Amino acid sequence: MSGPETVRGEARPSRLSRVTKPFRDVQGQSRWLLWTGVALTLTFILVAIFAPLVAPYDFNQVGDAAGRFPKQAPPSAEHWFGTSVRAEDVFSRVVFGARTAVQVVALAVIVSMVVGVPLGLVSGYFGGWLDRVLVLIADALFAFPYLLLAIVIAFLLADSDNWLIRLVSGAVGEGVTTAALAITVVYVPQYFRVVRNSTLSAREATYVEAARALGARPRTIIGRYIFGNVIQSVPVIGTLNAADAILTLAGLGFLGYGIQPTEAAEWGYDLQRAVVDVPADIWWTAVFPGMAIVLFVVGLTLVGEGLNDTLNPTLRKRRIVPVHIPPRAARAKEAPTR
Amino acid sequence: MSETQDERFRPEAARTDVLSVRDLRVWYGTERGPVRAVDGVDFDLRPGETLGLVGESGCGKSTLGRGVLGLLPTGARAAGAVHFRGDNLVELSDKQMQTRRGPELGLIFQEPMTRLNPLMRISQHFEETLRVHESGISKDEIRIRALGALRGMGIPPTRYRNYPHEFSGGMRQRLMIALTLVLRPALIVADEPTTSLDVLVEAQIIRILHDLRRNFDTAMLLITHNLGIVAEACDRVAVMYAGHIVEEGDAKQVFSAPAHPYTRELLRSTISLRTTGLHYIPGAPPDLADPPSGCTFHPRCPDAMAVCRDQDPVEVRTSGGQRVACWLHGPDARIPDGGREPLSRQEISVADEA
Amino acid sequence: MPTKPEAAVPHRSSEEGPPDAASSAGEPLLSVRDLHVHFSIHGSFVQRLLNREAGSVKAVDGVSLDVQPGEVLGVVGESGSGKTTLGRALMGLVAPSSGSIRYRGQEVATASERAFRPLRRKIQMIFQDPHASLNPSMDLETALAHPLRIHKQTSGEQTRQRVRESLERVGLSPVDRFIHKLPGDLSGGQKQRAVIARAIILGPDLLVADEPVSMLDMSVRAKILELMLDLKRDLGLTYVYITHDLATAKFFCDRVAIMYLGRVVEIGPTAEIFADPKHPYTKALLSAIPDPDPERSLPAELPRGEIPDAAAPPHGCAFHPRCPRAFGPCGWEARDLRTLLEEHWAAVDLEDYERERGVVGDVDHLQERGHTAVLRPGGGGDVGDVRALVERLRAADPDEPFWRGVRSIEDGDGEVRLVFSDGRDPSLQPVDQVQVACHLYDGDGAHRQTGGLSR
Repeated sequence: MSGPETVRGEARPSRLSRVTKPFRDVQGQSRWLLWTGVALTLTFILVAIFAPLVAPYDFNQVGDAAGRFPKQAPPSAEHWFGTSVRAEDVFSRVVFGARTAVQVVALAVIVSMVVGVPLGLVSGYFGGWLDRVLVLIADALFAFPYLLLAIVIAFLLADSDNWLIRLVSGAVGEGVTTAALAITVVYVPQYFRVVRNSTLSAREATYVEAARALGARPRTIIGRYIFGNVIQSVPVIGTLNAADAILTLAGLGFLGYGIQPTEAAEWGYDLQRAVVDVPADIWWTAVFPGMAIVLFVVGLTLVGEGLNDTLNPTLRKRRIVPVHIPPRAARAKEAPTR
Repeated sequence: MSETQDERFRPEAARTDVLSVRDLRVWYGTERGPVRAVDGVDFDLRPGETLGLVGESGCGKSTLGRGVLGLLPTGARAAGAVHFRGDNLVELSDKQMQTRRGPELGLIFQEPMTRLNPLMRISQHFEETLRVHESGISKDEIRIRALGALRGMGIPPTRYRNYPHEFSGGMRQRLMIALTLVLRPALIVADEPTTSLDVLVEAQIIRILHDLRRNFDTAMLLITHNLGIVAEACDRVAVMYAGHIVEEGDAKQVFSAPAHPYTRELLRSTISLRTTGLHYIPGAPPDLADPPSGCTFHPRCPDAMAVCRDQDPVEVRTSGGQRVACWLHGPDARIPDGGREPLSRQEISVADEA
Repeated sequence: MPTKPEAAVPHRSSEEGPPDAASSAGEPLLSVRDLHVHFSIHGSFVQRLLNREAGSVKAVDGVSLDVQPGEVLGVVGESGSGKTTLGRALMGLVAPSSGSIRYRGQEVATASERAFRPLRRKIQMIFQDPHASLNPSMDLETALAHPLRIHKQTSGEQTRQRVRESLERVGLSPVDRFIHKLPGDLSGGQKQRAVIARAIILGPDLLVADEPVSMLDMSVRAKILELMLDLKRDLGLTYVYITHDLATAKFFCDRVAIMYLGRVVEIGPTAEIFADPKHPYTKALLSAIPDPDPERSLPAELPRGEIPDAAAPPHGCAFHPRCPRAFGPCGWEARDLRTLLEEHWAAVDLEDYERERGVVGDVDHLQERGHTAVLRPGGGGDVGDVRALVERLRAADPDEPFWRGVRSIEDGDGEVRLVFSDGRDPSLQPVDQVQVACHLYDGDGAHRQTGGLSR
């Protein structure tokens, strides 16, 4: 941090402190929301990254050196969350399920942003027929029930020969790619819409008009003048979308689309298998994957809402510094005139 | 404050003042320390009188207006006394203030759309306002009162059922004034009521405000940065600088013979049709978290003396009848030896200019 | 109510209008002829979808003027006068619907953005709101270097040098204190100086200043105006000074054009306009300026009403509904009768209002344009009552300009008809040393007192 520079007694804050200021100022409920959400989310992300270290067994491992695992065994010391009907360790499946969820959702959110934000910027800035067409498409996509749309896309993309899809599949697996892309298509309109609306209003700012008066090209204006303003709302949308995407992924898995059970563990798929267990009083195959979904979604949502309260200038509560007015001795008043 | 001191302060005042403000201070808390937005202000207001509160941006006039009505934002504290009809408004609770705002204390904002709900017709606005404060009033009575208030503002009764967006800017401002007046408050605080309006409409509204006191005996505190409006619409004027009232008196008197250097310089800086040369006050208004010692205007004052830097000025009544807080007007007994030496003004570098 | 307007598509046209007679000989720097800027209003959703117009707002409605090199031309008007749109059209920020703008002989009204770009080195703008004209995330050095970079004028060290010179010139010195500051750290006056520095860094000839001092405190205004005058002298600048404040215009400008609802109503040398204003609107503006002169009192005669809706301007002269001296050819129409009735009702008792309202019924139909105003009796009376009401109105205030515009009143067929004189748009005519667009001065003035109802 650079030393303070005084102009009329004011210290000039460094860039870093300016960015972190809203986070340091946040108070009360927003603070609680934000940090709880961050804790939950980080837990899941760490579990996902270190899955092979955290999980005692692989996700579809049905036995070890000691022999096959018991089927549908309740939680015990060897199997913390019990085992499923196929003798898989539920705990390991939950852990690897976290990895799947994080992979899919991260991929989906990143791709949605990369596609949606530039489209929104261009559409909002230039307007005209391009804008009308894109808005129509976005509205049409919005109108679809998202799960249905995701299913259709997943269906279409399965066994695709597209080079880009193959490239990504090589890295993360075909099922993950398909699911991620399906979710992407569903959420691109969100980013598009939010960014477009922000762009429309940022475009009217006087300093943008001043930039046009200077002769700046649209490319420069969008990049340097509009982008900074518009980008503020994106992290909030991103986290809330991620929360929603987890549910969509679980929905796809529940219905049997997207991830193949041999490729990766997936919570939704596990839930679907666990449905038949419930009447037999076998609760651990459903409760643990279900809780994982709930906690991860809640964590991401809390982060999103907390970010919103923190970053959104209208919602942000400034830190109230209490002030005390010292009592003053009565001021003497003088007789008139000199 | 003793009885005799108060009387000396305002010898001719009968105890019929609508508003009597004594040593009002409004401070905000910030990380750098308390910002003294209003730092010890005294004035009185009689029924039917209009007091113009003028100053540039940051002088505290808006804060003062809000402070009188108890409408300060969280984080601000008020101390002192605002005597209104036997109560000290500073000490009342929010709930008690709420019952007074409306029927006894009125407020007119700069932007009328902050007061008007775009989804409600004008008739509904009046109904809501009157019902809240005078429960049991009949719909007919409401209509009669409302149309009467509108008539006073020159708004035809044919528009009684229109929505706010169907009115032009000036008419909306009149609507807001009508809504404020329909409850017949004793005091109205008007915060920059014409700043966002065009010149001709502004003149119309000023005429309406000017006629108010004749027709309604309402006392008004008119807050503005426009000296011309004050000259036309106000009986008395109070000039504010950095949280203090530096001069207060009869409007015509103050404008023809300003006692305080700031008032004088401000009048000279005002560009009017008679302006032949540009004049401005060097420097910029002070930082209210760390105001200058002594008289807050001394760094910029062309007539500053040594005592101005060392001691807070004492309020004095001039021969013209104004109250002024300036060492140029004495009292001589309080100025130490050498205090009258002119202060060598350090070069105010352009960097500190506004 | 009109929804958000969008700029209409420009089409080629360069009609010649009457040139500004008061300009001196010599090639004008900027020459505007019959400029129109219309914004189309889109009505319902379906109309918007099909891109069909529901009407248009004539923000600039036929403006012609010249700007001579080295002069300061003031464009004065209230909101809705079109002055801001005119400024933006001169800057190429909004596309004109028709008309011509010539800069040093080169036509720019129809120029594409690409063709206009090199001109931006020569024509620059100062905006009204100093707090909004600077990008909050760019420090001063970047912001001022930006125009140089855009136009590839200089690079590296030379750029830095130019930036420093510019800051020095506008009074933001010592330069090192300001060069890395963000706009949020500056005061209003300092920001406006930075905006001026940015505008002059390319060495323009013409500056369009849109209310450069209205948002600044009184004591700061003088500093900025003084700076602008110094720059004009030192850099040989020409200004188009757009404002609503006649007082600063009088001080600052050589010539002044007064605008009302998209048209120039009076234009001429400053001294003339202020010493002897001709147009009633100009007179009203001058008398209404608040002045802290202790001898002043409120102006005696203020025009009533407010600036009309630009989407539906009054017929003929746009000022006639408010003008105290309006008469026959000023463009009377049915809407004026409605205004008259409403004003009357705003002054009478509730019972009288309700009775009379019953007599004439609903007056909303008078909102349409019409050469004839038709009143049909409502439930509370018959044709005779309506006629009696009309006569009463006239008797109550015979000096009301409205009656000078009514040619005849007829009744029959169950209705009362007021027929108005033909109204015409006034055009700018030279009168003494100024040009005025007002029927009082264009030959009809001789018939000022006639043309109304003959008794």
